[in-house]
Amino acid sequence: MAGTTAPERAGTSKGGGTLYRGDLGMWSWVAHRITGVLTFFFLFAHVLDTALVRVSPDAYDKVIETYKNPIVNLFEVGLVGAVLYHALNGIRVMLVDFWEKGARYQKQMLWAVLGVWVLVMIPGTYYMMVRTVTDLLGGGH
Amino acid sequence: MSELTLAKPRAPRRPAARRSNSELYSWLFMRISGVALVVLVLGHLFIMNILDGGVHRINFGFVAGRWASPFWQMWDLAMLWLAQIHGGNGLRTVINDYARKDATRFWLKVLLYVSMVLIIALGSYVIFTFDPNITD
Repeated sequence: MAGTTAPERAGTSKGGGTLYRGDLGMWSWVAHRITGVLTFFFLFAHVLDTALVRVSPDAYDKVIETYKNPIVNLFEVGLVGAVLYHALNGIRVMLVDFWEKGARYQKQMLWAVLGVWVLVMIPGTYYMMVRTVTDLLGGGH
Repeated sequence: MSELTLAKPRAPRRPAARRSNSELYSWLFMRISGVALVVLVLGHLFIMNILDGGVHRINFGFVAGRWASPFWQMWDLAMLWLAQIHGGNGLRTVINDYARKDATRFWLKVLLYVSMVLIIALGSYVIFTFDPNITD
């Protein structure tokens, strides 16, 4: 199968194209699907919880209060990470489609996507978690 | 069953395809809405989750303060519609790829379309009729 023969066949598959299946590019597509589907499901819940502002301030505040705990905070970091990957890789997909050299540089662009993702997620995670961690360690209010 | 006229395999010229261009428009929509959503959603996540302590400062008063501004109302409305249609169209593709039986595919899509209409309608209703002085 393609996966095991990729190294020697890369760039020389029939038709003169390059091999995508089984290669890193395929996994970027798999990750794009998974992060997209997860975000769509989250969005369903998120519109329902925000709709509570139409019921009463108390109902909304009660539900939002349950989000202010360490476990949900971790999910929040996961959600931001998923959406950020989907956004960055989406830009890469558009460049592959519309930029004449996009397909040739798809792999380099994937490394750029992962690099930017790490660079944004390090400070992002810090700012999302700092309050929770301070509360946990401080023990106070 | 009605008669289906098919061209012979080696017919010199096949009848013009009667397919629509809907998949092309769907592909184009994903890219146009994608560009808009990069700004709308990443901006939303940055403001809501990262600035000023993130979710810890969010409550009814915070929402009321934001939706007092037509700018943020329109931001949220555009984000709601584009994200639902972009995500719904993505899920349609996923269902088409993985559903094995026609009946499964049909019912999953019915479920998907119902949920999209429900979320877009509910979200738009809430943005347009939001009342900061609603009685507690």
